[in-house]
Amino acid sequence: MMDSQTQPAAVRARGIVKSFGTGDTQVTVLRGIDLDIYLGEMLLLVGESGGGKTTLLSAIAGILDIDEGDINVLGVPLSGLPTGKRTTFRGQTMGFIYQQFNLLPALTAAENVAVPLLIQKIGRSDALERAQRMLDRVGLNDRAEFLPKNLSVGQQQRVAIARALVNEPRLLICDEPTAALDGPNGQKIMEILREVGRSPSRCVIVVTHDSRIFHFGDRMAHLTDGRIVSIEPIVREGTA
Amino acid sequence: MNYIALNMLFGDRAKYLMLLCGLTFAVMLIVQQGSIFWGLMIWSQSSISNLNVPIWVTDPGIAQVDEVKPIADTSVDRVRSVPGVEWAVPLYKGLLRARLSNGEYHQIILAGLESSSLIGRPAEILEGRFEDILQPDAVALDQWAVERMGGPDVMKVGTIFELNDRLARVVAIAKTQKSFTNIPVVYTTYERAIRYVPRERRTLSYVLAKAKDGVPVEEVTRRIHEQTGLGAFTAEEFGWKTIGWVLKNTGIGINFGTTILLGFIVGMAIAGQTFYLFTVENLRQFGALKAMGTSTFTLARMILLQAFTVGLTGYGVGIGLATVFGFLTARSGGLPFIETWQLLLLVLVGLLAICTFSALISIVKLARLEPAIVFR
Ligand SMILES: Nc1ncnc2c1ncn2[C@@H]1O[C@H](COP(=O)(O)OP(=O)(O)OP(=O)(O)O)[C@@H](O)[C@H]1O
Ligand SMILES: [Mg+2]
Repeated sequence: MMDSQTQPAAVRARGIVKSFGTGDTQVTVLRGIDLDIYLGEMLLLVGESGGGKTTLLSAIAGILDIDEGDINVLGVPLSGLPTGKRTTFRGQTMGFIYQQFNLLPALTAAENVAVPLLIQKIGRSDALERAQRMLDRVGLNDRAEFLPKNLSVGQQQRVAIARALVNEPRLLICDEPTAALDGPNGQKIMEILREVGRSPSRCVIVVTHDSRIFHFGDRMAHLTDGRIVSIEPIVREGTA
Repeated sequence: MNYIALNMLFGDRAKYLMLLCGLTFAVMLIVQQGSIFWGLMIWSQSSISNLNVPIWVTDPGIAQVDEVKPIADTSVDRVRSVPGVEWAVPLYKGLLRARLSNGEYHQIILAGLESSSLIGRPAEILEGRFEDILQPDAVALDQWAVERMGGPDVMKVGTIFELNDRLARVVAIAKTQKSFTNIPVVYTTYERAIRYVPRERRTLSYVLAKAKDGVPVEEVTRRIHEQTGLGAFTAEEFGWKTIGWVLKNTGIGINFGTTILLGFIVGMAIAGQTFYLFTVENLRQFGALKAMGTSTFTLARMILLQAFTVGLTGYGVGIGLATVFGFLTARSGGLPFIETWQLLLLVLVGLLAICTFSALISIVKLARLEPAIVFR
């Protein structure tokens, strides 16, 4: 991990400012964010509720326009890309995991996992095959034909993880992935995220409130008052 | 992505059925009202279509077929002398009272056909022989006369009744298109008809004519009008003239027009509204797709596919239901119900337009949608 910081950052954010609303009701949520995230690491982003964590994630994902600053993902300046190109870029390089899973209720687990591949215009049978392999990796090989409503919440989030990873994204963005889960399920999800999601060629950002999962991260960034006030490595038991 | 779109549509059974019901109801409403309206219009000019004659000549000020304005008896010969006319025959048409042997009185329309050709005779005969009206005192009835004047036990071949104190003997019963006023029609020869009615200065109601082969019928009607000063119309023109008159003067136009227009607006509003709601309710799913890299163009295609799929299904089911309704009511003869392909096409175009429109609104909403909503 320390090695990785000698290489250029996979995500490089500089001076990001973002406000919502106009006039009296205007709130500035991000007030100049500088942040580097490296390949191979899992960065936890923490901070008070309403502090702008989700806003920052959306900006990094290029699904929210920022007012000022630059975001560079894998060498590509996001703000310079036209919307259509940005959407394609996102589909090719990023995976998402949400608090609310956002699975398509009408599709089976396998079909849900295959969606990012279908978006990339990969053939249906190919896509489903890869989806099945991904489901195996998150321990759901026997649930491929289940609809989301017939899965437990923990299993639904595992489907979401499989979906986020199926197109081998370089950047994995997770917003409170354990918030809708109980303690043991949350731990399980983080274990899977760490084992399956973390890879030398990928960086993982996890926004969380949940102190019980802090030890899964490599570094932790604190977002307060619209600024990153500290970034420190997480020291785990058994590691130096 | 089409697969995903259709799954989204069908996957939520309840929402899909709601949507389908809305569209089906809309289509059914419009087709049903439109067909009844058209049926009424066909009824209103059935006194023209039942005779199946190409040219109608009468007083130039005539407003509609059931308003008889007698013309001079010489008109038949004058029409015959117009170049391009193959034949011309007189038609008597007038209201009369019939007295049945049981003492009942009924208003009837007396139709007098030229005896040598019987031009204007109904095409289909249910009972007896129409030619038998050439016999003394013989008349033919349409089936509505049977229905209105006491049923098949009272009015049948062989029944004798009185027209203006003269005897009339039923020799045939004809099948005709029901008319708007539903007044029974009694057929006889022209010569006998004018003996049934009280003496008037003029007795000729219409001259029926046909253009020679190869001469355009419009050209002949124009010539007749120019040479005789009479009003000459093709059957189609006269039919439209009558329909126009009914629309303007009976309130059917306003009433039905309003109903149909409301049906159309309400139906289309329901259709558009339900579909729009459907998209709004699925906004989160579309947002997720957008976040995962689906282009707005692809989303638009998905929505259009959903809209047209449900629209066409609703169209099919709606027309099916309306047709069943029409079949049931038309069979009992209670309501006119004529489903024309023009109406079906119009409804299809309207429906596709409204589907496209509500899909477009949804698409605009999606294009503006911040995929960031998926994080909330
Ligand atoms: N689309 C928007 N329009 C207006 N205000 C917004 C919008 N999105 C976010 N905000 C505001 O920005 C602030 C930060 O929101 P954000 O969701 O980024 O916080 P957060 O740190 O993710 O909070 P939580 O931990 O509760 O998820 C909040 O005050 C929120 O009301
Ligand atoms: Mg948040």
